[in-house]
Amino acid sequence: MPQWDLANADCIVVMGSNMAENHPIAFRFVMQAKTRGATLIHGDPRFTRTSAMADIYAPVRAGSDIAFLGGLIRHVLENDLWFREFAMSFTNLSTIIHEGYRDPEDLDGHFSGWDEDEQTYLADTWQYEGQHVPSSLAEHHVLTTESFAEEVRDMSEGPPPNDPSLQHPRCVYQILRRHYARYTPDMVERVTGCPRDVFAKVADALCRNSGRERTTGFCYAVGWTHHSTGVQIIRAAAILQALLGNVGRPGGGILALRGHTSIQGSTDIPTLYDMLPGYLPQPHAFKPHATLKDYLATEQSPTGWWFSFPDYAVSLLKAWYGAAADEAGDFGYSWIPKMVGDHSQLPMTMAMADGVLRGLVVLGQNPVIGGSNSRLVQEGLGRLEWLVVRDFTETETASFWYAGDPVRNGGLQPADIATEVFLMPASITGEKAGSFTNTHRLVQWHEQVVDSPGDSRSETWFVYHLGRRLKELYAGSDRARDQPIQALTWDYPVEARRQEPDAEAVLKEINGYRVADGALLSSFKDTRADGSTACGCWIYSGVFPREGFNKARERRPDGPDGPGMHLGWAFAWPNNRRILGNRASADPDGRPWSERKRLMWWEPAEGRWVGADEIDFEETKAPDYRPDWSGNVKGMEAIGGHEPFIMIADGRAALFAPSGLEDGPLPTHYEPFESPIHNPLYKAQSNPAAKLWPRLDNTYHDEADPRFPHVLTTYRLTEHHSGGSPTRSVPVTAELQPEGFAEIPSELAQRLGIRSLDWVVLSTLRGEVQTRALVTDRLRPFRVDGRVVHQIGMPWHFGWEGYATGDIANVLTSIVADPNTSMHENKALTCALRKGRLKEVRR
Amino acid sequence: MTSVHPRALDFPQPFLDGVIPDEAELTAGERVEAGKSYGFFTDTTLCIGCKACEVACKEWNNLPADKDRMTGDSYDNTGALSAHTWRHVAFIERIGRRGGDSTTMPPYQSNWLMMSDVCKHCHNAPCLEACPTGAIFRTEFDTVVVQTDICNGCGYCVPACPFGVVEVSDQDGKAHKCTLCYDRLKGGLEPACAKACPTDSIQFGELSGLVTRAQTRVFELHAQGQPAAYLYGAPETPGATGGLDWLNCFFLLTERPEVYNLPAAPSRAANRVRPALAAGLATAGLLTLAAAALMRGGRA
Repeated sequence: MPQWDLANADCIVVMGSNMAENHPIAFRFVMQAKTRGATLIHGDPRFTRTSAMADIYAPVRAGSDIAFLGGLIRHVLENDLWFREFAMSFTNLSTIIHEGYRDPEDLDGHFSGWDEDEQTYLADTWQYEGQHVPSSLAEHHVLTTESFAEEVRDMSEGPPPNDPSLQHPRCVYQILRRHYARYTPDMVERVTGCPRDVFAKVADALCRNSGRERTTGFCYAVGWTHHSTGVQIIRAAAILQALLGNVGRPGGGILALRGHTSIQGSTDIPTLYDMLPGYLPQPHAFKPHATLKDYLATEQSPTGWWFSFPDYAVSLLKAWYGAAADEAGDFGYSWIPKMVGDHSQLPMTMAMADGVLRGLVVLGQNPVIGGSNSRLVQEGLGRLEWLVVRDFTETETASFWYAGDPVRNGGLQPADIATEVFLMPASITGEKAGSFTNTHRLVQWHEQVVDSPGDSRSETWFVYHLGRRLKELYAGSDRARDQPIQALTWDYPVEARRQEPDAEAVLKEINGYRVADGALLSSFKDTRADGSTACGCWIYSGVFPREGFNKARERRPDGPDGPGMHLGWAFAWPNNRRILGNRASADPDGRPWSERKRLMWWEPAEGRWVGADEIDFEETKAPDYRPDWSGNVKGMEAIGGHEPFIMIADGRAALFAPSGLEDGPLPTHYEPFESPIHNPLYKAQSNPAAKLWPRLDNTYHDEADPRFPHVLTTYRLTEHHSGGSPTRSVPVTAELQPEGFAEIPSELAQRLGIRSLDWVVLSTLRGEVQTRALVTDRLRPFRVDGRVVHQIGMPWHFGWEGYATGDIANVLTSIVADPNTSMHENKALTCALRKGRLKEVRR
Repeated sequence: MTSVHPRALDFPQPFLDGVIPDEAELTAGERVEAGKSYGFFTDTTLCIGCKACEVACKEWNNLPADKDRMTGDSYDNTGALSAHTWRHVAFIERIGRRGGDSTTMPPYQSNWLMMSDVCKHCHNAPCLEACPTGAIFRTEFDTVVVQTDICNGCGYCVPACPFGVVEVSDQDGKAHKCTLCYDRLKGGLEPACAKACPTDSIQFGELSGLVTRAQTRVFELHAQGQPAAYLYGAPETPGATGGLDWLNCFFLLTERPEVYNLPAAPSRAANRVRPALAAGLATAGLLTLAAAALMRGGRA
């Protein structure tokens, strides 16, 4: 959903986000909704500037979100408050699950399929009865038996088995009820620390503002993702929203608030190790991905929109390898590196520290500040042969070798660090042209306003000329392993004065073109798997639909009386659609659920879907279309006109997710990996599938370790930007939060004799930091599972560079991650606190 | 303020050759014209404490950052309005000892108050009245501006201001304060702080329209369960006292003025001149009489 659509919500639940502080511009639309009478709810461990604006503030202990959301799911089911017409047709609520499925209720915290030796799940018992469901995201081939790719073909053979009466003990409805039966208001209070009456107020507001006439929107950010259960927290919200009918409708949905200006873009055209542009899976050495044929056969979904997968994959290869990509040579498929495991930032940090990784290029990042276990990061950087840092100021990552923590505490001397550091000046936004892809998939072009000073150049310049020189170096090679560089298309026009590549030429390649004549594609529907089209990222196709028309540059808002979807403002992928799943804004028969929440509807006279947005469905598929299961039904033929979610193999929101998740088909409450209490719900303490890297320089605290009695959560402030380089280096922003600090609840501060501005030391087994105390009543002690738990908060922006300085919060954090995303758990860990300073500070 | 101005549709290009004529009409909903009165309506119930106003003000007016230590006073690290800080966001925490429970409160930031303070551009401006050099003057937009090239740094304006707004800079020895972006108004632009404010807590406009808008907002808030909302500094309200008549920059508050560090009943220094002069003359007269009496007595 677009941020501005929040203004249409009747209730907004902000959880896992400090939206007012970290997304103040998007929060404008929350305030607009509130001015119109909407209810604003903030669930958070800390009382923040967002809580200050909320109608209901629900204190939720860090890392207990699933218990809270699970309690809401139970409330909705047990009180029959779900939106029946919506959920029956648009979700898999009535679908029957495999008879081998066992719930954490049966196995004390584990799902069926747990492999104790491998510490992973096999998802075979999570499938539909008699049917194997491919994942709705990339990497369809996950966690299943070898023959899974073959077995998913049974999706083409008939509709998923279901029981519309919802009586079958293995239908999703009954499984959900059993799974969440113990998430009672009492249990919610015991686990999360949120008082029962406050929880009741939230549940009431949520249900009151959902249904035909009203919608509720959820907003989350890294407060949900930075957990060992991050993906499942978001899934829990998705289950709630699908049950309540708040998906694909104005003012409904789940808004994933993005931090940096193009962080959405960096997953679309990913900087992630396991994905290719457009959410295509990165080929894997240990999966049936040996040849292009294998890869396409494995990853193509038999039903739903991902049936078009080969069109996108081959067009991507054509965009990368051009004329060298021919059918006989598998379109250059073999040139794409195959991954062999987790190559995300976390294991990369270990690889650096172990001397496996020898060189590192850091662009637009400051891992010494932002990376978990900063001391390990710094030691790793110190073992590299070379390090390139491109930024507009000297960051901690560039100066670690003479000012870093290991140097400061005497463990390492600059003379002992052999890393050759190249600090290269980078242009900032106004000094270069390019695009941003923001929170709601909106691709916006920005122009160059001024020349960057001195030798500063754009990242496009750097990457282009690096690639150009590599191609020159390898031009004469006849070794097969150098072919990927030789074959790479790298023909972007360069302007004469500063040799800056034309960023629009890159966008055109991303948009895609016909190979024969170079004509730009108007949509991803034009892509083909026969090598006749090239497309750098299929979901962006249409952003540059014809020569001279860069849709991302368009700035035509709807006027005061317009429909408010602002289709003339830039480009939202896919196909300029603003609200995903917007087929669901009409009932199964294609009529708007209500006049008040009208968005898209079926116009029988025209034989197509019409409305204020671009339809996220087949434009001419009638609501009464049903697949003819007598034949072998493929792709979109298998999706009925009443099944709105086309990226999912059965077109229905997956309340129960048979595939695609490493840690279970349903969100389940586990304690954070480091927690002061034992899991009140199951014997399994933390997420069994969480990714761990135990080693001497990355040690973990045991559950309820008395040496580390407090919960620590790290966070951001309005006044600073992420790693802090853009704001700590600018005086007028630095002075707004000029020093690092930790927020400490008054009760705890009183007990330890700490007053605001005193020095305190926070410690974990990873390291110790000294920082200023900011004692506040906004942090309240939690009564959890019968005992009092104090939470300490520490902003992680600070470091030693710039005008606003302070110790690095990430010295305290450990490397432990969500199994699905390899996202670290920095929002909930344990620590110790004492008054005073670190004993020895040497330079 | 929430919808797109129709004239915005005239500028669909992403790159403009120059400033949009009368840009304030697009961003604040009205044109800036000489001869009218302008001001700010700062609605504290919409303030999220982001300090964008502070940064926008310093960037536009080229004011130096002069704080390098945290104050320990909530998230307020600039402390107060000063020669170099012309917008200042105050943070008042009210949970626990000072207020209620964090989970029960009326809507709109009742447990953590945030308020962006600024020069009030008083209708009868005491700083202007106290200025002996004519450096402080009233502009064609009915705002009060210090001309630094004329200011001699005497500092009379400093104690004259009932709000503690004006300060003499330790860098150039001259008085400085908010100009309501005089230069921007001349160019048809909305003042920097109001334009930067993401939630429209700071609203800029022609005074009579602003007052009407503010009064409507007070009624709305009362209806939405925030009965404590009131205006401070608008005509006939608290803050518009002591001969100031009204403040061109007025506020919507939900607590007593003192909670926000505003005087409950500000007044003009000039109001005190006549009584002070009378008292002085009377004292002198009495002393003369007393002296005469003593001398007479001595002679006797």
